Amino acid sequence: MNTTATAPVTTTAETGFARPNYLNAAYGVRSWLLTRDHKRIAILYLISVTAFFALGSLFALLIRLELLTPEGDLFQPDTYNRLFTMHGVVMVFFFLIPSIPAVLGNFLVPLMIGAKDLAFPKLNLASWYVYNLGGIFTLWAIVHGGVDTGWTFYTPLSTHYSNTYVISTALGIFITGFSSIFTGLNFIVTVHRMRAPGLTWFRLPLFIWSTYATSLIIVLGTPVIAITLLLVAAERVLHLGLFDPALGGDPVLFQHLFWFYSHPAVYIMILPAMGVVSELVAAFARKKIFGYRFVAFASIAIAVLGFLVWGHHMFVAGESIYAATIFSVLSMLVAIPSAVKVFNWTATLYQGSISYQTPMLYALGFIGLFTLGGLTGVMVATLGIDVHVHDTYFIVAHFHYIMVGGAIMGYLGGLHYWWPKISGKLYPAALSKLSALLVFVGFNLTFFPQFILGYLGMPRRYWSYPPEFQVLNVLSTAGASILGVGYLLPLCYFIWSMRYGKDSGDNPWGAVGLEWDTTSPPPTENFYTTPVVTHGPYEYNREEVHNRMSQEATLG
Amino acid sequence: MSSPFPLFPDSASSLSGDVDLLFIVWSVISIFFTALIAGLILYFMVRYRRRHPEEVGAEEKAALWLEVGWSVIPLVIALAMFVWGTRVFFNIYRPPADAVEYTAIGRQWMWKVQHPEGQREINTLHMPVGQSVVMKMTSEDVIHSFYIPAFRVKQDVIPGRYTSLWFHATKPGVYHLFCAEYCGGEHSKMIGSVIVMEPRDYESWLAGGAAGKSMVATGGDLFQSLACVTCHRAGASGRLARGPALEGVYGNQVKLADGRTVIADDNYVRESILNPTAKLVAGWDPVMPTFQGQVTEEQLSQLIAYVRSLGPVGSAPAGGTGGPNAGPTDTAGGRTDSNQPQTAGPGTPH
Amino acid sequence: MASEPLMEPHGHAAHHRDLAHQFDSLDQQKESSTLGTWLFLVTEIMFFGGLFTAYVIYRRLYPQAFALASHTLNVPMGAINTAILIGSSLTMVLAIWAAQVSWRKGIVLFLGLTILLGSAFLGIKSVEYREKFETHHVPGPTFHFVPESEHVKVTDPQLERHASIFFSLYFIMTGLHALHMIIGIGILVVLAVLSWKGKYGPEYHNPLEMTGLYWHFVDIVWIFLFPLLYLLGAHAR
Repeated sequence: MNTTATAPVTTTAETGFARPNYLNAAYGVRSWLLTRDHKRIAILYLISVTAFFALGSLFALLIRLELLTPEGDLFQPDTYNRLFTMHGVVMVFFFLIPSIPAVLGNFLVPLMIGAKDLAFPKLNLASWYVYNLGGIFTLWAIVHGGVDTGWTFYTPLSTHYSNTYVISTALGIFITGFSSIFTGLNFIVTVHRMRAPGLTWFRLPLFIWSTYATSLIIVLGTPVIAITLLLVAAERVLHLGLFDPALGGDPVLFQHLFWFYSHPAVYIMILPAMGVVSELVAAFARKKIFGYRFVAFASIAIAVLGFLVWGHHMFVAGESIYAATIFSVLSMLVAIPSAVKVFNWTATLYQGSISYQTPMLYALGFIGLFTLGGLTGVMVATLGIDVHVHDTYFIVAHFHYIMVGGAIMGYLGGLHYWWPKISGKLYPAALSKLSALLVFVGFNLTFFPQFILGYLGMPRRYWSYPPEFQVLNVLSTAGASILGVGYLLPLCYFIWSMRYGKDSGDNPWGAVGLEWDTTSPPPTENFYTTPVVTHGPYEYNREEVHNRMSQEATLG
Repeated sequence: MSSPFPLFPDSASSLSGDVDLLFIVWSVISIFFTALIAGLILYFMVRYRRRHPEEVGAEEKAALWLEVGWSVIPLVIALAMFVWGTRVFFNIYRPPADAVEYTAIGRQWMWKVQHPEGQREINTLHMPVGQSVVMKMTSEDVIHSFYIPAFRVKQDVIPGRYTSLWFHATKPGVYHLFCAEYCGGEHSKMIGSVIVMEPRDYESWLAGGAAGKSMVATGGDLFQSLACVTCHRAGASGRLARGPALEGVYGNQVKLADGRTVIADDNYVRESILNPTAKLVAGWDPVMPTFQGQVTEEQLSQLIAYVRSLGPVGSAPAGGTGGPNAGPTDTAGGRTDSNQPQTAGPGTPH
Repeated sequence: MASEPLMEPHGHAAHHRDLAHQFDSLDQQKESSTLGTWLFLVTEIMFFGGLFTAYVIYRRLYPQAFALASHTLNVPMGAINTAILIGSSLTMVLAIWAAQVSWRKGIVLFLGLTILLGSAFLGIKSVEYREKFETHHVPGPTFHFVPESEHVKVTDPQLERHASIFFSLYFIMTGLHALHMIIGIGILVVLAVLSWKGKYGPEYHNPLEMTGLYWHFVDIVWIFLFPLLYLLGAHAR
């Protein structure tokens, strides 16, 4: 910002990579597996979550193939049940929850606040190992035949009736929970204690605010799912009776404990994506985010209110109608900060200087899809509607609009935006725009028909279905194949760009922000001199910014 | 079901119109806001596109009235819809007084339905049009969910307690019955049909079905054969009685040994059969043995139907052994508003 | 909402052998590890919080069975253990004090005492556990529960089931607490060795303080467990 990093003069023009950066600081597998550099750990996480995303997508593809026909022609019902369970487990716990925080958050939090690293680098590395250990437990369960309880593990089905690998899957999620906690704890301490001189709370980028709010949820919520799954495992092994009505236990208690974490977990997925979108909208409209403080506080409000609405998953589960009423009104309230964000992003575009680079396409796609996902969320929070659509494809469509249309769009947008920062390379612009388009079209074709299916009454987790639902299911499967191609393209051209991509320069977008003040890719300790911050995060109307833009070639 | 490619579900109950109206209004609001946002974005994208690479956006003009406006307007809309939605919801869960009670028991992977007249069906539910029906439900194993899309009603069916829902069919026809809560292997085969008939057709269907005793009559038989009657004897007093007489108990307040009072509803009677000492009636010794494992879920429902049919002390049971089959009105007569489905607090079986 | 600079420019602070590379000063490092430890304790509170919630709900559902089952626990042993744990918190604080006054042998002495008291707690706990095995109060196929109350005369299978839930929660809660004690003792042993080598003094004894926070937390969990499991409902006698 104020102090532009003064990089050592490039020594040899022909090598091009002579400038020291975190990628060429050391070589060899050991230097990666034992690294404590937050940027390298982010890369390690990127590889891991991409692998799990591929696995989860494969399950999704098989689910959609099965649903092409009304009668279960492709798989046995038991196989199908395992497929959707593993799809949910892998996507939620091993992709969506770690994706933005552990990849982009790890990479960017120290850069954005002008720190040399996170507060606890060893803990950060440990978190990656713990994540993979949990992943191994879950993969072990998958390889041995999977688990068929649904990712929600409802009792007494999961504790007394299922004869699949519930325990190792639950332990895998339990262990992976610690990696989330390590990451969240690290971020909170880092944001509190490691900010650069002059970087006050209201000069923090909005990505930091949303990551901070996410970390609060992680720290408060994850232990509850840990103890809940531990109880499920104990119940399964020892038949304690805690969730077994025949022994005096209460099966619905499990749902309360489960959703106490798993509803806030939705905000663990969407809040970081909102942070990414705030950065992208500011950078590609070259304008300060409208209502910065409102957007920042909205993140905190979502995190707090998010803990008070878990009961809206149980409106028809035997909850008292009065409890249902309270959870319904609280769920209405949590929609307001989300609406505030959407309106502020839109208002930011007004009188901006809008560029249609790939990341911006993802960001704008996010706003549209999130708006629809959020509004349908308020619809299902309305008691009279939820009774009909609960546990139908309407719910499936709604949460995929939030998790896929929201969280994954945000994640991909962020990857495209910071890829030059991460790798120092450019990816092919036209191809990446095509992929953004395919993702948007494929997504809507996949999930919009599911809203209609849901209101028609098709229950979720059905291996076969009445024939009149077929047309919409075929549309959905067709959309999924387009979506699949849209997801494959970035994988290909990101890998391609690492070797063949053009050098990006330090700041290809002409963006402001501490992370763009250092070189791309950044050196091991991020900054050559500690930055001193004198103004807010998105100040484009400054002479300095103007001068820099006229000197550097940007992709604007 | 008439159309091979429907886009909107059949509407066949007294509640479905209310739910549909709520849904349509919400959809219009959602489409309006989504179109507003999308339209603004598209307009700004064109109007304020970057014209040269060094161009930056204008200074922000903060506007508090905008922030307040777009916080308050959605809030007002959401709260209004909340009030409306909650009214619809309360209607869905508050059965009218004249509703007839049917029993449904879920198990992996079938629905067992019993009519008040005693007829049993599996995975089908015959019912007359124009008659309010309460489904009293429980599960023998895992959690299921009783769902009739054409009626817009759904209720989870939970082992170890009763839940219920009601509906009033307005259009004869055949409708889907689904299990909506994932319940293991053949979840998607736990489906059936709701067959709504004209009352005359329903009567002839009832007559043509296998003759069985009514719920109340079967319950009365069980009351004898399980020897409940030896302790819970109507009119017995003093040393003869080892347990309270059950006449007029159902639906009323019961004083417990520990000083609390409870309402004797389905869940209470059920618990008292399975776990007699849990909520002991004041003035009686805990001598009753448990019947856990000795009665099936169906028999429990029949016993409860019988207990409910017992009028106040002195009057004859409405449908005891050998008595006339209790008609729908007999069962309904015993219902009070304590019979609301949702007497249990969150996660607390009685 | 601190607005003052939180981080001195690079190179300002003299490099200290205990200062990690990402920090600029020992103060910053200490503040960070303190905040981190407190956050960790928050996760622990939420973790035990889930169990306490389950306990409260089942206690409300089955007050009688819970009171009768609670009645069979060994209150004197629980009370002695409470005293032992409070004592161990004192010795833990004394170990930190010894570091502050540069008394190397004192650190080792007080850490040793803390380890000793922690082990005594676990010893008494294991005696209690053995008692439960002998009286068949361990949930499972051999579980058997006959209440000692005049109120209930017959062996009631339903009451037995609910008592089993009490003992399940008893074993899970005290078991997880004991696991935390064992982990704590393990850390204390490492710290004692490092202290002997003179690693900690008035300037730098972060690990001692952080372990102290953890140890006090484990202590406090017990302060809640003891009345909830052992004392509440004793009036049912």
